[in-house]
Amino acid sequence: MSSSALVRHPAEAEAPAAAAEQAPAVTPPHQTATFGAMAARWYRLNKGRLRAIAVGSISLIVFLVAWHLLTKYRVVFFVRFTNVPSPLAVYDSFKRAIHDPMFLMHVALSCRRILLGFTLAALVAVPLGLVMGRFKLIHEMIFPVSEVLRPIPAIAWVPMAIMLWPTNEQSIVFITFLGSFFPILVNTLHGMTLVDPVLVRAARCLGAREAAIFREVYFPASLPHIFTGLTVGMGVAWVSLIAAEMISGQYGIGYFTWEAYSLVQYSDIALGMIAIGVLGLTSSLLIRAIGRLVMPWGRA
Amino acid sequence: MNLIDTKSAAATTTKGHVDVKNFSLSYETIDGSFEAVTDTQIHVKPGEFVSIIGPSGCGKSTLLNAVAGFLKPTTGTVTVDGELVKGPSAERGMVFQQYSLFPWKTVRENVEFGMKMRGMDRSQRERAARTLLGLAGLEAFEKHYPDRLSGGMKQRVGIVRALATGPKVLLLDEPFGALDAQTRVIMQQILTNMWQRLKISVLFVTHDIDEAIFLSDRVYCMTARPGSIKAEIPIPLERPRQQSMMMSSEFLALRRGLMSLIREESLKAMGGEITDLGMQGLNIELQGQSLADVL
Ligand SMILES: Nc1ncnc2c1ncn2[C@@H]1O[C@H](COP(=O)(O)OP(=O)(O)O)[C@@H](O)[C@H]1O
Ligand SMILES: [Mg+2]
Repeated sequence: MSSSALVRHPAEAEAPAAAAEQAPAVTPPHQTATFGAMAARWYRLNKGRLRAIAVGSISLIVFLVAWHLLTKYRVVFFVRFTNVPSPLAVYDSFKRAIHDPMFLMHVALSCRRILLGFTLAALVAVPLGLVMGRFKLIHEMIFPVSEVLRPIPAIAWVPMAIMLWPTNEQSIVFITFLGSFFPILVNTLHGMTLVDPVLVRAARCLGAREAAIFREVYFPASLPHIFTGLTVGMGVAWVSLIAAEMISGQYGIGYFTWEAYSLVQYSDIALGMIAIGVLGLTSSLLIRAIGRLVMPWGRA
Repeated sequence: MNLIDTKSAAATTTKGHVDVKNFSLSYETIDGSFEAVTDTQIHVKPGEFVSIIGPSGCGKSTLLNAVAGFLKPTTGTVTVDGELVKGPSAERGMVFQQYSLFPWKTVRENVEFGMKMRGMDRSQRERAARTLLGLAGLEAFEKHYPDRLSGGMKQRVGIVRALATGPKVLLLDEPFGALDAQTRVIMQQILTNMWQRLKISVLFVTHDIDEAIFLSDRVYCMTARPGSIKAEIPIPLERPRQQSMMMSSEFLALRRGLMSLIREESLKAMGGEITDLGMQGLNIELQGQSLADVL
């Protein structure tokens, strides 16, 4: 639409009412656009994004430079940068780590735990939320329990999880599961309450029965909120996982970070933190990308 | 498919006879029972285009929703071809005032929805949907999501979707209420065209007098609070109807008649005791609104 708007012909303005009802047809521009004109238009259309990239890069660079200077001069101003590793030291650590099978194993194991815990949470919380949103009785039965359990942070579950599950690995996955479970449930439920009743009625008088209405109306209508829940849930899953790994783990990136502290490997602490940040960001982006694939109708 | 059936049967339509008898409907509220529609009889003959017109809040939607099967009458019956209406069904297609296309389905998928619910196979319903979209001049938009359509196009798709299951009756609740005047006129023309081709019974709710006269074979005029039928006016204008007819003396006479009926009711609905017809056409401020605006 936007490209055709740029080359609107004057004649189009007086289109008859009937034609105005149709979407404006894309009329090819008369003169073949030169490369310069094309570049100029591309710039106009992407100005906002280019600016965001530029500003974002500058702010990242400023952050790195500040970090470098603060550690180089070992600034002590309320906080102490005496022992904080410099960005270059962390980079050296990173170069070593990516060839270190131990480090890669920590990362892989954390990812596996996230994948297991988060997927299980999604598989349970999404259908549960949908069913709770649709059937009052189920909602009335489950909601009070979930409201009592929901405020308990996943970390507080660590001792209980260790008692509940035979292996350490299982209890860590369980904690990850718990962390992402409630955000997904709550958002799915919220999505269900916002389903436009007129769409349900429209489906009814097109001959849809209960199961079809659930599948064709309630579920897709709730999808945007389900994906909000998945994104939030993924963030909380990482928070919970790292806490669990630090407390009870033997492996994993959270354990790696904690161990680096015990072994006075200062640059590895920062490396672990950055790895956690990058992994968390990547998984969130992944979910958003899946969301766009699954919901092609939304204006992205 | 059903569409073809209806078409071939066009000459001798016998289906789609709507009969509402001794109808009343009360809503239960905290203040007690509120009678929205009382003692109402309407009927639509097979293939007939009937409008219900009346001031806002007089119970038009209530009546239509009962015919659709969303509401149960408190007393009386609603039958279609002699069968009691028990709940919503694809037999009675409905178009709502609010845009009600499924945002996650493309235009064609929206139109296919009813056929899918009936278990028609994919290629068959694709073909049927294309044919119907063609009738409404929408074939170019079959792959668009509703999000990208104008209001007029959305309602057109809504009508096509309701027709795609081959209903006996099409119910429309102020479908063009949210559209601008120009688009409205075009939509009225398109609706008339489709109705004439498919020869299906239509029950059309509106508060627009011109719209009711232009479209209908017969117009029911409703009273306010509690709603009931005040008058039944046949519209003997010839078909096909042209935009130019709206200036004819016949049209204007019908318009005048309906106007005074509605005006009376609107005044009652708003002011309670104010029934003085001498106020017609004056710009009296009433409850903060200009009278002319409300009428
Ligand atoms: N669900 C409801 N509960 C209580 N009162 C209602 C309900 N729906 C409509 N009403 C009332 O019934 C009357 C008729 O409403 P409606 O049929 O929507 O009128 P119209 O469509 O003619 O504007 C109005 O006074 C309205 O306030
Ligand atoms: Mg209404």
